[in-house]
Amino acid sequence: MQVLKSNIIPILLICLFGFLTPVFESTLDAYVQTIFVYALINIILSVSLNLVNGFTGQFSIGHAGFMAVGAYASAYITMTFPSYLGGVSGAEGFASFLFQTQFFINVLVGGLLAAFAGWAVGLPSLKLKGDYLAIVTLGFGEIIRVILLNTEAVGGARGMYGIPKSANFFWVASWTFLCILVVWRVVRSTHGRSFLSVREDEIAAESVGVNTTKFKTKAFVLSSFFAGIAGGLFAHYLAYLNPSSFSFMKSFDVVVMVVLGGMGSITGSIISAVFITVLPEALRPLQEITRIDFRMVIYSLALIVLMLTRPEGLFGTKEITHYLKFRRKGSADV
Amino acid sequence: MSKINSSAVILDVKNITMRFGGLLAVNQFQLQLKENELVGLIGPNGAGKTTVFNMLTGVYTPTSGDIQFQNKSTLGIKTYDMNSLGFARTFQNIRLFKALSVLDNVLIASHRKTNYGLLDSILITRKKREQETIARKEAIELLKIFNMENLIEEQAGSLSYGKQRCLEIVRALATKPKVLFLDEPAAGMNSTEKVTLMKIIDDIRKKFNLTILLIEHDMKLVMGICERIIVLDHGVIISQGTPQNVQNDPKVIEAYLGSSVLEAQV
Repeated sequence: MQVLKSNIIPILLICLFGFLTPVFESTLDAYVQTIFVYALINIILSVSLNLVNGFTGQFSIGHAGFMAVGAYASAYITMTFPSYLGGVSGAEGFASFLFQTQFFINVLVGGLLAAFAGWAVGLPSLKLKGDYLAIVTLGFGEIIRVILLNTEAVGGARGMYGIPKSANFFWVASWTFLCILVVWRVVRSTHGRSFLSVREDEIAAESVGVNTTKFKTKAFVLSSFFAGIAGGLFAHYLAYLNPSSFSFMKSFDVVVMVVLGGMGSITGSIISAVFITVLPEALRPLQEITRIDFRMVIYSLALIVLMLTRPEGLFGTKEITHYLKFRRKGSADV
Repeated sequence: MSKINSSAVILDVKNITMRFGGLLAVNQFQLQLKENELVGLIGPNGAGKTTVFNMLTGVYTPTSGDIQFQNKSTLGIKTYDMNSLGFARTFQNIRLFKALSVLDNVLIASHRKTNYGLLDSILITRKKREQETIARKEAIELLKIFNMENLIEEQAGSLSYGKQRCLEIVRALATKPKVLFLDEPAAGMNSTEKVTLMKIIDDIRKKFNLTILLIEHDMKLVMGICERIIVLDHGVIISQGTPQNVQNDPKVIEAYLGSSVLEAQV
């Protein structure tokens, strides 16, 4: 009963995404749809990275590596076992349901493998602090990319094409929502408080019994899981994968989103993910007028100005609820 | 002051020595803490008091010697596991979670008492709600001892210096310790605050049946509440006993004020 009460709104929202999907697909043109979906995928990436960089105070710059693990793993399963549940792409009724379930499982497996990669990378390296962890994660991201580049089974440098385009608005929106919900609720639990204590003062955290390495790993694994999910969705939306999509530039993009939005603010990560995805596209008309590509210049300038005026990021460590006064007084949970 | 009865030795420190390279920070330190005892550890700057604390709480592993807690050696146990054994401490240079609220600071310390998993937090199960409510209630109870229950939403870093020190003690208490190590709890407090604090320390000892080891610079304070005092200088115990005995020990006066004072008196 209790569980149902706490989760009825999230369940209803996910149902709503289901109903909105046909509307979304019929009213918006393909270009807008694509930007929209990329924005959602970027939200998953930035919110999940915020768990490590913002809430736990570690500095990971290898998020694209975990995304690549999820993307390639789920795409590979889809390509290798096209219909193990008997579902068919584009079919109606039960066959379509099976196809969707299969897609869900594939993305989930991609996420779990990314989480495993996160655990494998995190366990030895999370004993390191600050810059050292950054270098390890950067190295990991590049290793993954180079391995993919040289693996013929996943297309190597040519990339992997012909992936069924199974990720529609429903899946991407639902996963995005789920990611936000999970991070939001975990942060507001004893686990999340332990993450925060690691960020604030590791020595003090250990003195009150927080196993800092364990909690860092926990945050890292959860974060990698969602990066993997984002990768799986990306693969099945674009229908094409190339190792160059997961270079360290992608990792930096996500770090920029987290820093810009505010380290430790989920709202900030969401808004800055949308901002950073949409801004270069919104500036496209300007390019047509001036005939010179000023987009990156303006984009970079916008970042510099924002960082100079608000070094703590758009939201700092606060959430939108703080400003809307939605927060019930004295309540510890959502 | 409560009388020491013939209660059991809870912490037995056997000849611990700490060497940092060529520097002998603490040499052959011995200590027996009985249950519910309040012992003061004093000594001039650089005497090795905090090093002793760090060895006892597992931050450093002694170069030689043994520490036994309830007849079991604690050597090699990690700091965070020491805490679940029943050790809690405060720090000389306050180490609060400054950006977090007062309540969160205390709740983090009680995290070992909550055992709901990640899934419970994500689904907000009954288990999560109940445990959170209990943890919260207990945290507020503890804060009440220090009259801080109306500050729970404040940011820890924005509290006054004295309140921050109190919050550190509350945070240590929230882990439900058996032995409490206080590293200069009164540093930076004014004299009224100091008197109140000492009374509270004595109260919590009785209320939670604690054994307390206290480092303090303010001699008057230590003399007031400690049953036993250990004086450390250059890493060696130079005197121990009741406050009166220690106060009149020539070696202690020498360590604190220099040998010329004694010569002048003679």
